[in-house]
Amino acid sequence: MIKVVYLGKLADIAREAQSDFASTSDGLGWAGLLDLLESHGSTELADAVRADTVKLAVNGQLLADRALLDARDGDEIALLPPVSGG
Amino acid sequence: MLDIRLIEGIFSPAGALHAFTAAHGEAGGVASFCGQVRPGGGVEALELTHYAPLTLAGMEDIVQKAQARFVLDGALAWHRVGTMMPGEPIVLLAAAATHRRNAIDAVDFVMDHLKSAAWFWKREKRSDGWHWISPREADHEDIARWR
Repeated sequence: MIKVVYLGKLADIAREAQSDFASTSDGLGWAGLLDLLESHGSTELADAVRADTVKLAVNGQLLADRALLDARDGDEIALLPPVSGG
Repeated sequence: MLDIRLIEGIFSPAGALHAFTAAHGEAGGVASFCGQVRPGGGVEALELTHYAPLTLAGMEDIVQKAQARFVLDGALAWHRVGTMMPGEPIVLLAAAATHRRNAIDAVDFVMDHLKSAAWFWKREKRSDGWHWISPREADHEDIARWR
């Protein structure tokens, strides 16, 4: 399983706080994640996540470039929209 | 001493400051700031969500930068998460230093960075439902002062 956590307004759009997706042997990349979000969620969700301002973290580590995503079984991907600040 | 916490539920800023000041009797001064949920604008409640693997570590990073830059004896940063009501405290910052300017500037620095660079998502409830809050342009201008 790969866990995807939705933060901020992405949780509203996804209508849930997180999703579990079956993992595949060759890892989940950025394009694959967007496909999953579109097929299991909605086009609106995939479009919202695709926005340049959304960042990704894998297991609590921020990715410098979303294209570097290569999630494996047991990983947790966080989808981080712009923060509101404290 | 760095005391950095995420807090669920209401807390007493006065009690926290009393303990922090007592723990830094060697300091020349202690500066503090307490942010509260601003009443008005039809706001009935404020909700802050965070992402545990990033949020506390991000706060620690900001406070450690302040400690290195302003030569602090200690710092406190407590931030609430969850749902809170107008008038309640959201954030408490304190800095202890040998000289007042360092303590005052450290609190200002940490607050500016929390406002635009900390991993919090905020929404407020008004009579017509919940609304997500974006950082204000002024928050980005505030952080630029420290570059």
